[in-house]
Amino acid sequence: MSPTRRPAKPREIPGLTRPRQPRLPSVAERTLPNGLRVVAVRRASVPLVQLRLRIPTAVRREGDLARMLLLQRSMMLGTAERSQGELAEALQHLGGSLRVYADADGLTMAGDSLAPELGSLLGLAAEVLTSSSYPRAGVEREADRFADGLRRALSQPGVLADEAWRGRAFGAHPYGRDLPSPDEVLEVPASSMRAAHRRRVGPDGALLVLVGDLRPTRALDQVERAWAGWTSGGTGSHVPALPTLEPGPLVLVDRPGAVQSNLRLGGPAPRRSEASYPAAEIANALFGGYFSSRLVTNIREDKGYTYSPYSVINNAAGGSWLTVAADVATEVTAPALLETSYELGRMASLPPSADEVAATAQYLVGSIALSTATQSGLADTLLDLLTDGQDVSWLREHPQRLAAVTPEQVHEASVPMLGPAGLVSAVVGDAEVVEGPLSALGAVVRG
Amino acid sequence: MVPSTAIAASSYAVERATLRNGLRVVIAPDRSSPVVGVAVYYDVGIRSEPAGRTGFAHLFEHLMFQGSVSLGKMEHIRYVQSSGGSLNGSTRLDYTNYYEALPSNALERALFLEADRMRAPALTEDNLANQLDVVKEEIRVNVLNQPYGGFPWLTLPPVLFETFPNAHNGYGGFEDLESATVEDASDFFDHYYAPGNAVLAIAGDLDADQAMTLVRRHFGDVPKRDVPPRPDFEEPAPTSERRAEHHDALAPAPAIALGWRVPDPDDLDAYLPHALLASVLSAGDASRLRRRLVQDDRSATDIGAHLAFMEDAFDVRHPTAMIIEAHHGADIPADRVVAAVDEELDRIATDGVPDDELARIRARTASAMLQRADHVLARTLAMASYEQQRGRAELVGEMPALLAEVTGEQVSAAAASLRPDSRARLDVIADGAR
Repeated sequence: MSPTRRPAKPREIPGLTRPRQPRLPSVAERTLPNGLRVVAVRRASVPLVQLRLRIPTAVRREGDLARMLLLQRSMMLGTAERSQGELAEALQHLGGSLRVYADADGLTMAGDSLAPELGSLLGLAAEVLTSSSYPRAGVEREADRFADGLRRALSQPGVLADEAWRGRAFGAHPYGRDLPSPDEVLEVPASSMRAAHRRRVGPDGALLVLVGDLRPTRALDQVERAWAGWTSGGTGSHVPALPTLEPGPLVLVDRPGAVQSNLRLGGPAPRRSEASYPAAEIANALFGGYFSSRLVTNIREDKGYTYSPYSVINNAAGGSWLTVAADVATEVTAPALLETSYELGRMASLPPSADEVAATAQYLVGSIALSTATQSGLADTLLDLLTDGQDVSWLREHPQRLAAVTPEQVHEASVPMLGPAGLVSAVVGDAEVVEGPLSALGAVVRG
Repeated sequence: MVPSTAIAASSYAVERATLRNGLRVVIAPDRSSPVVGVAVYYDVGIRSEPAGRTGFAHLFEHLMFQGSVSLGKMEHIRYVQSSGGSLNGSTRLDYTNYYEALPSNALERALFLEADRMRAPALTEDNLANQLDVVKEEIRVNVLNQPYGGFPWLTLPPVLFETFPNAHNGYGGFEDLESATVEDASDFFDHYYAPGNAVLAIAGDLDADQAMTLVRRHFGDVPKRDVPPRPDFEEPAPTSERRAEHHDALAPAPAIALGWRVPDPDDLDAYLPHALLASVLSAGDASRLRRRLVQDDRSATDIGAHLAFMEDAFDVRHPTAMIIEAHHGADIPADRVVAAVDEELDRIATDGVPDDELARIRARTASAMLQRADHVLARTLAMASYEQQRGRAELVGEMPALLAEVTGEQVSAAAASLRPDSRARLDVIADGAR
């Protein structure tokens, strides 16, 4: 039984009240004699501290990717003083954790602990940086586990599509792949890890960010005491600049029987330091970078072809690029590509409306406020900005830059970044079903 | 007796009220950043779906984003995002939630938007047909086209449970989804989305009194409706091991999941030892199962233990489960993985948990909870679910101290309750292996 419902009348949507500006964090900074740059920020919202360390050490040659990722996975297997288990226990006692990540540009160590334990957390991190032991059996075990994880990752269609797109877009450049093959990992000698650590894990050119319930100057002193003995490694290394993208036929990777196709398109994007970056950010978001975007409105909310289409600007040391992704039902693969191309073409051909630009700019400004509202978010954001050559004033100035962008500037930024003629495309799907319809839209080659 | 060490905590003062239409409201100011979180929890989830309508609670959640009394299609989303906010919703076994995080100057707008769809969402044929397609793609991307899709949250419940509410597929079968009608949606809304069946939580950069005034302004005249009694979903626990195999055509290697019934989460004294046990078993490289199976025996490549199938340990109602899931190589018999798990559980049950181990687990658990609470939206969501399921939003700050009171003996007893003859076991057969 439904109760009788009187149709309610539409009401006026409340406006926004006066915004309260985020307080810019005050930053204490010091460069240690070993070349490490240290930045400490007080944010006492909860009694914790966050640690982020970025070491620029690039993938440059064949085999480097597998070696670097195995190094990353093996770094916490023990130190001169502690086994893997003892190291993990010591971290837990601090209410802490310490993890290592790697990509083609370098290594990131991320940790946290209860606020009074900052000194101990720094001590354990220093122990890992200066005396990680890489026990042979442990490294071999990690190689096996990593190979197993890669087999699982490479059975995911979305991962296959990302790799196909990277390979087509960047070729032999280190960004041409995100994952090594299981065999490459298993070929890395366990005995090579200590030398790789000495060569790659050095302080010169590295950046340490500390955020949390701490006293910044005291935290800098603590780092200086605990990390003075970290002197290994050469100066940081960097990947070559990204090659110019060469558009060409769509690459189709066959996945027989797949019930969905994974579409990936992408093109060059400006770097954060370029004047066109704020306009490019708005162009990306307005096209496909948030739920209100044209791409989501079209292929999800109007056509129902897909669940979570998106576009994103990737910023890396060697350059920036844009990726568009949509996982769509097999039977609508070509129509989904057509609509995506239409929305891309519209961005490259006509300026968006002033309302769309203003709404998108406001979204991006709000995203900055939200992502820097936590200790861990602020630590991640600062690490990202400072690694990319910006400084903390970016948090204050970038919202103003976004708010000043005009529709014409968005259009100008869209032409090279979103214009379909300049993009590289890859699709993973059931080739028997989708190759014909895709070929009707443009040239297709099998990948 | 274990000496109780000082546990780090953050407390949040909570203001609460119940409106005349039955809506329960909790508000917790924190002015450290100029952002707010807003969440509405409806006390209905997957377990309340009728037979023949699997997946309906989730499909309905999608319809709540399609417009409402004052808002056309996409407008709800555009008003949140063009205010600088982000938003989402989710459907779980016992609740369906809708939430947004925004710069604090958009608080009133967010309250308006939630009230507008609480008054009447736009339930139309077009919206239903469109979101049916979107949900099918969601299921394809997360389950049908994905190795280990739905493992174990969709595949283990039908082994552990026998009754439809607890055992059925919460994403839904395509046939059931396709047979859903606008009238079904309208009935579902009338029945379950009454203001008295919901909790509204607000946290962050706000003044509690002003926020309460805004809540009354926008939600106060949502008509009161009957609130359905919450069904009892209890069913008998297994009295012998229940087993099943799941053939995964896309999986390159096997996997296994074990599930045991645990005490009613409402009874914190009985339930919290299981939460701590999950951490003893698999939180980090110093945990029992990771040391034994991953590092020493190398019988598993990954292993995890957790409470609840799709929620976290503290936003699920009875009956729920402890789940242990592992990936292992094709050359390792699943029985070996299970035997090692049983031995480790036995060891905890027999030898207990040393004070030192318990102390570090407590410290890490407390800091992980603090870190979640630092996030305004995570804090808002936790407050809403604690208020809805336990009548106490303050638990968002109190839980670390409650967990710290759990003794090693209680953790031992929890481990002893996870017996081979009371569990469900699901073997994933890797048909995708070459």
